[in-house]
Amino acid sequence: MFVAWRDLRFAKGRFALMGTVIVLITLLVGLLSGLTAGLGRQNVSAVTGLPADRIAFGGELSYANSTVTEGQWRRWTRTPGVEAAEPLGVTTTRATAGGRGVGVCAFGVRPGSDLAPDSDRLTDHAVVLSHSAAADLGLTAGDTLTLAGQRLTVASVTGDASFSHTPVVWTSLDTWQRTAPPDGPFATVIALRTSGADTATADRAAGTMTVERDDSLSAIGSYSAENGSLQLMRGFLFAISALVVGAFFTVWTIQRGADIAILKALGATTATLLRDALGQAAVLLAGGTVIGSGLAAGLGAALADTVPFLLTPRTVLVPAAVMIVLGMAGAALSVRRITAVDPLTALGSAR
Amino acid sequence: MSLRLTDVTLTYPDGQSRLTALDRVTFAVPAGALAAVVGPSGSGKSSLLAVAATLIAPDSGTVTVAGADTTGLGRAALTDLRRHTIGIVFQQSNLLPSLTAAEQLRVMAHLDGRGRAGARTRARTRALDLLDAVGLAGQAHRRPHQLSGGQRQRVTIARALMNDPTVLLVDEPTSALDNDRGAAVVDLLTRLTHERGTATVLVTHDRTHLGAVDRIVGVHDGRLREEMVTESQ
Repeated sequence: MFVAWRDLRFAKGRFALMGTVIVLITLLVGLLSGLTAGLGRQNVSAVTGLPADRIAFGGELSYANSTVTEGQWRRWTRTPGVEAAEPLGVTTTRATAGGRGVGVCAFGVRPGSDLAPDSDRLTDHAVVLSHSAAADLGLTAGDTLTLAGQRLTVASVTGDASFSHTPVVWTSLDTWQRTAPPDGPFATVIALRTSGADTATADRAAGTMTVERDDSLSAIGSYSAENGSLQLMRGFLFAISALVVGAFFTVWTIQRGADIAILKALGATTATLLRDALGQAAVLLAGGTVIGSGLAAGLGAALADTVPFLLTPRTVLVPAAVMIVLGMAGAALSVRRITAVDPLTALGSAR
Repeated sequence: MSLRLTDVTLTYPDGQSRLTALDRVTFAVPAGALAAVVGPSGSGKSSLLAVAATLIAPDSGTVTVAGADTTGLGRAALTDLRRHTIGIVFQQSNLLPSLTAAEQLRVMAHLDGRGRAGARTRARTRALDLLDAVGLAGQAHRRPHQLSGGQRQRVTIARALMNDPTVLLVDEPTSALDNDRGAAVVDLLTRLTHERGTATVLVTHDRTHLGAVDRIVGVHDGRLREEMVTESQ
């Protein structure tokens, strides 16, 4: 790194410019990662928070269109290897209270079921609100609200579950069924906790389709489209960063061609020169990524109240690590031309 | 002999045929002697230097540096030989723009990528000693663009001596210098050759400043012709 460090100091304008580009790309990737995770949480946290490992759908693999009957549920409760099978109703509806009205997602469960927090407090007249629902409606425990025409009491406010960007209101299954049209479904899906159950056989017997809980997220229409788009953008940003870093080091290596030839003629090994160049890229990438990630984390924290930004080590450190790895890959592809520099060109070359 | 080329032939591709740059050249330089190789552009003098520097392998013949036959040596061994045994002074100085004068010399201790602490400390001291020896003691912290052409060339000479080479190869050292500075550089090379006992080959097209060299060899169409040799040689 003897020459690399000095090149960094000597050509500080060029490296500062490139470092700024890396900072900005990292900032963008960091913000997008936090936003993707935040939006994802708003979409699926009610499902990922379920104490279940599989979800059984009826009719269609879709939380919007699936319906299950009581008979299907009872068949699942009798299936060997199923430790728990709980019916779960999912409906997006409207809740009003004190002149405020918001869209909410009603999650209907059997009172006492472990699917919902404080579910032992659920009755045909009492519901449990997530904090977001309570905040949007301006309610606390003991207040009343109207949910799909039913006047209900807030039994408690707990958790922060949301589904498809709407806050969750936990209701009893009977209350949920009353939000649906007459002769509506028994429930939307069945949440399963299994231990060695033959789900394929059970599906055939019950007429259901069972998938792992995390795989069921693709059955939330908005989640698939939204997450796919954001992940695509993130992927493009990673690719762009690798290309930009690669392009920079390609030009830089070409510019240094004469210097490299001199060093080789003087006795520098190609391995030493490659290590030097990659070390230089690593310093630039690490510096730019740390600053960019720090800015993204700071900005994300500042905006957390107004945008769904999730700030965790996973949303900050993983994109940063990917940026460095891909940037190094781009740099490695460009600096390999060092191996092709002929030291003979140092003799008699006009500089 | 510190440097010996025996029956060396070197050709380059030239369209459908090959151009002979060196034609059965035999040439030797003992320790402590400065041999000037003179000739016009395209005569083969730079090819002679490239072969002696192990930067290009001859088609036939042998090159012996400090008693070691370089024929058949791999790239790593040749790189190692250049690092430890051969010093090269390039045309128009060829210094690295990001390094100060002292760092141009110290970089020699880092070429193998190991950079041991003891070696680095010794290199720091030796760099300052060599800069002093070439009259640049006060310029150690200047970068190439802050030095004159003559000063840059002296830095290159000092750099070539950093690893105490057995053979010193000098490529057109006066081509970018005015008359006085060119003479000063050749005088310096002559003095250092005698003081340090290197076998020095100076390649040039300019015969102006060769009064003090030990031997002059003319090169024309890839063939050498002895023109002048002092009694000591």
